[in-house]
Amino acid sequence: MWLLAELTYACPLQCPYCSNPLQLPASRKRELSTEEWLRVMREARKLGAVQLGFSGGEPLVRQDLGELIAAADGMGFYCNLITSAIGLNEARIAEFREAGIRHIQISFQGSDRETNARFGGSDSFEHKLAMTRETIRQGIPLGLNFVLHRHNIHQVSDFLHLAEGLGAEFVELANTQYYAWALHNRDQLLPSAAQLQEAEAATHRFRQRHQGNMRALFVAPDYYEQRPKKCSNGWGTTFITITPEGDVLPCQSARVIAGLEFPNVRQDSLENIWRGSSLFQKFRGTDWMQEPCASCPEKENDLGGCRCQAFLLTGDAHATDPICELSPEHHRVGDAVRAAQAHAEAGEDAVPLLFRNTANARKLAAAEA
Amino acid sequence: MFDHTTAPFRLNPRYRLQYEEAQQCQVLLYPEGLVKLSDTAAEILGRCMEPITCQRLIAELQRDYPAADSLPDDVREFLSDARQQDWIVAAEG
Repeated sequence: MWLLAELTYACPLQCPYCSNPLQLPASRKRELSTEEWLRVMREARKLGAVQLGFSGGEPLVRQDLGELIAAADGMGFYCNLITSAIGLNEARIAEFREAGIRHIQISFQGSDRETNARFGGSDSFEHKLAMTRETIRQGIPLGLNFVLHRHNIHQVSDFLHLAEGLGAEFVELANTQYYAWALHNRDQLLPSAAQLQEAEAATHRFRQRHQGNMRALFVAPDYYEQRPKKCSNGWGTTFITITPEGDVLPCQSARVIAGLEFPNVRQDSLENIWRGSSLFQKFRGTDWMQEPCASCPEKENDLGGCRCQAFLLTGDAHATDPICELSPEHHRVGDAVRAAQAHAEAGEDAVPLLFRNTANARKLAAAEA
Repeated sequence: MFDHTTAPFRLNPRYRLQYEEAQQCQVLLYPEGLVKLSDTAAEILGRCMEPITCQRLIAELQRDYPAADSLPDDVREFLSDARQQDWIVAAEG
């Protein structure tokens, strides 16, 4: 079982594909305290969680991160840090190493300084390179994460060579998935089928030419798949996400589904929430399904796909994930791909990307009100 | 790839070996998940926390489990597999 601890939504970056909610909190005052996180981690450990990801926002914003890592390591968690590297330095890497961090994942927004700054909203490329080297120098296993979209997917080959030169063990080429900020910016971000094919081919060529130690994983955007993914390995089976203010979610995105009530660790124990809350039971197993899922021979394999995607594309969280070619709403995916293509052909500045920051979050909230 | 039959090796520092109550067995944790281990595998890997050689490992196990007949071959086979899986790596120095 995996625990994803979203320590804060604060982040020095402004990526327009951020998976954090569009409604960003105005203040950090309601974030869980160190003591509250320690209790939650103990409860998760008791439930059988072994993997712990510290994420955000940018988890380095939390000054108690070293303390949390040390406590989690002592409880028997395998601790992963998921970071942009902004806020990292040699001393902090040493502190985390001492505390027992097992793996650090550093994200890049582009394979060169200019692209990285354009999409991250911060001139951080050289710093990311330096921190990648320093993490490796201190002997901490490291992976790099490159988030792909229409404007940087052509850099896959450059990025793989960059990662190999840095000595990374693992690279994830993760296409943006369309939730939250990414969904809002979908017309401006979704790559074309040709771009995607070329990027996959580049990854394949790299793997064939370099029989080295670096592994590369390419994750395509769902929109170009025919079969839906068994999302989060099944609702309420493997993953627990805790938000900065203590809400408990079966997946990172679940808050996009309207009408759900989210239990909070300030009101109840994690065990009660995991076993007994209506949220975690809602889409567990296959009883909740409607047609065509309910009678489908594939239903145990994909569990109907992603509930968040079903809701976002059809308005019904019980529907078949429209990525599935058997979904009566499958055409919506093709419509989205065509809309994005039309946008690309019309010239990129027709509607600018909306970057993830508090000012834009306020604008969106005002527009909705 | 190093030769585990001659060079010293140790558990890959990417992995964490521990007993898990939920699985009721020893497991190896790594960034993307975990593998459940048989008692034998856990017994061997538990002795690889510090650099060790194949000969030394077999000698230790024969001392502690004198009744196990095919022990040297079983250990060599497991280590060969563990090296393929990247569970053990060459020990430096």
